[in-house]
Amino acid sequence: MSTTTVDTHCPYCALQCGMRLAPRAAPRAGHASAGASANAVAEAPAEAPADAVAEAPAEVVERPDFPVNRGALCGKGRTAPAVLSRAVRLTGPLVRDAASGELVPASWDEALDRTAAGLARTAEVHGRAAVGVFGGGGLTNEKAYLLGKFARAVLRTPSIDYNGRFCMSSAAAAHQRAFGLDRGLPFPLEDIPRSGCVILVGSNPAETMPPALRYFTELRENGGTLVVVDPRRTRTAEQADLHLRPRPGTDLALALGMLHLVVTEGRVDEAFVAGRTTGWPQARAAATAHWPELVERITGVPVPQLREAVRMFCDAPSSMVLTARGPEQQAKGTDTVGAWINLCLATGRAGRPYSGYGCLTGQGNGQGGREHGQKADQLPGYRRLDDPAARAHVAAVWGVDPGDLPGPGRSAYELLDSLGREVRALFLSGSNPVVSAPDAARVTGRIASLDFLAVADVVLSETAATADVVLPVAQWAEETGTMTNLEGRVVLRRRAVAPPPGVRTDLQVLNGLAARLGWEEGFPVDPEEAFEELRRASAGGPADYSGITYRRIAEEEGVFWPCPETGEASAPHPGTPRLFLDRFATPDGRARFVPVSHRPSAEEPDAEYPVFLTTGRVSAQYQSGAQTRRVDELNAAAPGPFVQLHPQLAEQIGVAEGDPVAVTSRRGRAVAPARISRDVRPDTVFMPFHWAGEGRANTLTNPALDPVSRMPEFKVCAVRLEPAARA
Amino acid sequence: MAGVRLVDRLAALGAADGVTVIGEEPHAPYNRLLLDGVLAGRYAPEVVELPRPDGPAYLSGVRAVRIDRDDAAVVCDNGDRVPYDTLVLATGSSAVLPPLRGLSGTAGTGSPRLPEGVRTFRTMDDCLALAPRARPGVRAVVVGGGLLGVCAARALASRGVRVVLAQRGGHLMDRHLDPRAAALLRAHLESLGVEVRTGCRVRGLLVRGSGEGRAVEGVETADGSRTEADLVVPACGVRPRTGLAAAAGLTVRRGIVVDDGLRTDDPRIHAIGDCAEHRGTVHGLAGPARDQADLLARRLAAPGGAGGTGRVPLYRGSRVLTRLTLTGPRTGTGPATSPSAAGDGTTTTAGEGTGDVFDLAAFGEVAAGPEDHELLLSDATRGAYRKVVLRDGRLVGGILLGDLAAVGTLARTWEGGEPLPGHPIHLLTTDGGHR
Repeated sequence: MSTTTVDTHCPYCALQCGMRLAPRAAPRAGHASAGASANAVAEAPAEAPADAVAEAPAEVVERPDFPVNRGALCGKGRTAPAVLSRAVRLTGPLVRDAASGELVPASWDEALDRTAAGLARTAEVHGRAAVGVFGGGGLTNEKAYLLGKFARAVLRTPSIDYNGRFCMSSAAAAHQRAFGLDRGLPFPLEDIPRSGCVILVGSNPAETMPPALRYFTELRENGGTLVVVDPRRTRTAEQADLHLRPRPGTDLALALGMLHLVVTEGRVDEAFVAGRTTGWPQARAAATAHWPELVERITGVPVPQLREAVRMFCDAPSSMVLTARGPEQQAKGTDTVGAWINLCLATGRAGRPYSGYGCLTGQGNGQGGREHGQKADQLPGYRRLDDPAARAHVAAVWGVDPGDLPGPGRSAYELLDSLGREVRALFLSGSNPVVSAPDAARVTGRIASLDFLAVADVVLSETAATADVVLPVAQWAEETGTMTNLEGRVVLRRRAVAPPPGVRTDLQVLNGLAARLGWEEGFPVDPEEAFEELRRASAGGPADYSGITYRRIAEEEGVFWPCPETGEASAPHPGTPRLFLDRFATPDGRARFVPVSHRPSAEEPDAEYPVFLTTGRVSAQYQSGAQTRRVDELNAAAPGPFVQLHPQLAEQIGVAEGDPVAVTSRRGRAVAPARISRDVRPDTVFMPFHWAGEGRANTLTNPALDPVSRMPEFKVCAVRLEPAARA
Repeated sequence: MAGVRLVDRLAALGAADGVTVIGEEPHAPYNRLLLDGVLAGRYAPEVVELPRPDGPAYLSGVRAVRIDRDDAAVVCDNGDRVPYDTLVLATGSSAVLPPLRGLSGTAGTGSPRLPEGVRTFRTMDDCLALAPRARPGVRAVVVGGGLLGVCAARALASRGVRVVLAQRGGHLMDRHLDPRAAALLRAHLESLGVEVRTGCRVRGLLVRGSGEGRAVEGVETADGSRTEADLVVPACGVRPRTGLAAAAGLTVRRGIVVDDGLRTDDPRIHAIGDCAEHRGTVHGLAGPARDQADLLARRLAAPGGAGGTGRVPLYRGSRVLTRLTLTGPRTGTGPATSPSAAGDGTTTTAGEGTGDVFDLAAFGEVAAGPEDHELLLSDATRGAYRKVVLRDGRLVGGILLGDLAAVGTLARTWEGGEPLPGHPIHLLTTDGGHR
């Protein structure tokens, strides 16, 4: 057993919990010389004995000094090395054999040649915009940056977006509108227990980011109150002092109703509104139109509970609103988040210590992934692609003509929906839309209609299985790179073990493809070199990383952006753990109220589809399950999909616990066992979305898009239920 | 408010250009439901202003006096003629003036000129007229113990006015509540200093002076007794404002008759809100008015307009709970104190001006017939009362008072016509809330 460990971070969610990896000594059988250090392991032999194939090459050790999780990890993090084992992952490139139609092993040269040729041929025949790139919120900053550069500078296509669009884009858009800047949390997590009241809206950290739950527990131990807004009684809601259970899709009305009460109860912070905001009269009028009894009718939340929530929020000396996917994954997600921000602004709960609005980002690098150029409308440093100065800056770093940079492209769902039509070849990295996209059957069909698909992934995901070329890439423990967690803290993952011999890093893949497409240089394979270029590209942008170095990240347990380079003569910029304390990032320094009104969901229940469906996660699985469904311990804890429904509804349709239930929406049908529980409203069913096949929740979900963020409406659609025949 | 909401929705649907809004009141559009808070002095009048989207032309303080259907134009009191392709009547309702002796000074002059000190409570102007008179020690009689009268009495009392609430029926809010619930409401009002008189019919005003100088001095009740008052607030219900429609020859019964497309019998003219009668019902509540405005906006914004061939939604009626929240003076910090009703029916509050809140919801038929089932949970120590009436396995009415935790469940079941749970007692149990 090794005594040398490597500090790194969990491969999963946006907390980016600190962990240590202890590489295992290579198995005894014939490999006695394998050393303990990362470098030694990197030279591990290509041929491992059968018993070693299933064994993870490293084990997780606690890292108590990292502030975000203080050593704590959830089951996913603890078992993460299992996915490193060769038994469950890709260990060499695959290409689709023209004769058999099967994926067959191929050399890297063949796989990269075919990919480059597939992309180039499509560009030639159908134009550059017909080549698409789809990225992921789990990619490191370096990968996200170079993927964006690959799309814009090499492929010169506007058709790039990423699955982060499905994650936090509504919060990002609302952040931009109100504060002029988008960073998930404007403060570190450690501020949460020091606040007086936190309203968690559509967030279930007890299941989705368990190590963060302690911040809310400490909040309550310190005398603060926790209000949870969720249609379901989740494990998080069980911790709350007050649990509001709105009808799905009505969080916007709920926030307006609270703002209404703030006004009529005389709880507006007039000095803050006058001194630090603009647009209040219009926002107030919008709230006036949402009187409490109307809000009760829309949401089903009793007015007395609404009043109680306002009392808890306003009586506390400081308070926060934190949203997650519940309010955000709606066709009105941007306005919904805006309504919660308005509540914060009207009560002076923003831009002050231990107060403010924040978004609990979901994916590991949901934050950094959107800042550095994967998003359809953005360039590195959170620059706008339609801003001439931004184009000029980035073009100079890349050594291209600004005029050659494409303009903004389609958002994620629109990009997926254009496949096989406007976009005919796709390079997909770190995403599994066959499981994770809304209206997934339709998206699967669109993917199948592509002329060419290449997928870079760690495992043979459901999407990779449909590709023409599959490029096996290294995992978190096998390569170095930075991630930006939900606090805006840039952290450093370090390579602890070597990838299997047939596996390359994403940076090597991009380097190889770029070289084949005429870019011999400009795509470094060394992560730190890529980061140095990213620093220059981000310099002066809203998400300025230019003052951040690998060394500083290591020494300071992460650095919060913005952190501009100050030059050698000055002291280094300390980074920015807390935003907006002096001014907001708008041109006039004031936060902007945006007047918003409630509107129904794109699809409300009716006679044909009388029940709401909402979707979400369970603790032991992560996103599309591509990684976690390959870990025995996690599968034992969460073996498959289910339909959570209220006993009243179960009685109505005639199903008992465990019976298969068919759930049908206008888009398709899914079947999963009934899990009967009073934790869900009688008018609503819940399905987790981690699985493919018959129980795929996203077969049912509605791709109606938010007009601003282009976020699909994952969190609410109309379905009908019936017992299904037992398989 | 129906009209304001309609314009708001048209604007949201990008269909507000070319719209003209004619409004008699000179004020910015406001939320009528919040006037009792203005009267109570809880917030300033501008707080109740509603959004006024850009796009339409607004004619404020202008009264529409005639609809010229032949010429498709509305004639206004300032002489303007506003031509229309589509006309929406959202004229609302006005306070009913009861037939009280002494109410009208000079007969035959059309709208009665009320004696000084007599004022209905319906509009912002009413509110602005009443507010400065509502001073501590002033004596007021509110005539009518329905929803509006209860709100007015509560608002005046919170300003220190000595209020007598005269209710003709046997209990307060007799259209909505059963006697037991009404007793709790009564106790609540009494705890705030309101003197509630049930079975009390006011038959005349006591007036001094004559002509322009007439001023109210009190009221006389059917039993011949007299009550002195500086203010008299008639709160005897509202009546749909249908005069414009009737004069234009449109079918008017209690309200302006509309079909499921919210059209009058002139397909170019629609009516929504308190003035409209749909399938024999005049709702007279803000919720249905909003439903109608939302639906009509979608119809008007649909391709080809409401008369187009595109699929446009139809209005099938609204089922809503009657909701009343009586709010005290500003609560500021500290817990609200609820009144506690003692066993003998008297009520005490824990202190002056603690800003207690009284919540009430009621719907449908609340008096159980001989064949009906009644489920009832009553907690007198907390002033809480919950009841549903079931008939043939269906929910036909209910009351929640003091404890509204079950309001979501009840509203869902009533409004959505959901089947009853296997154990109907679940209708009265909670939906979330405190840990």
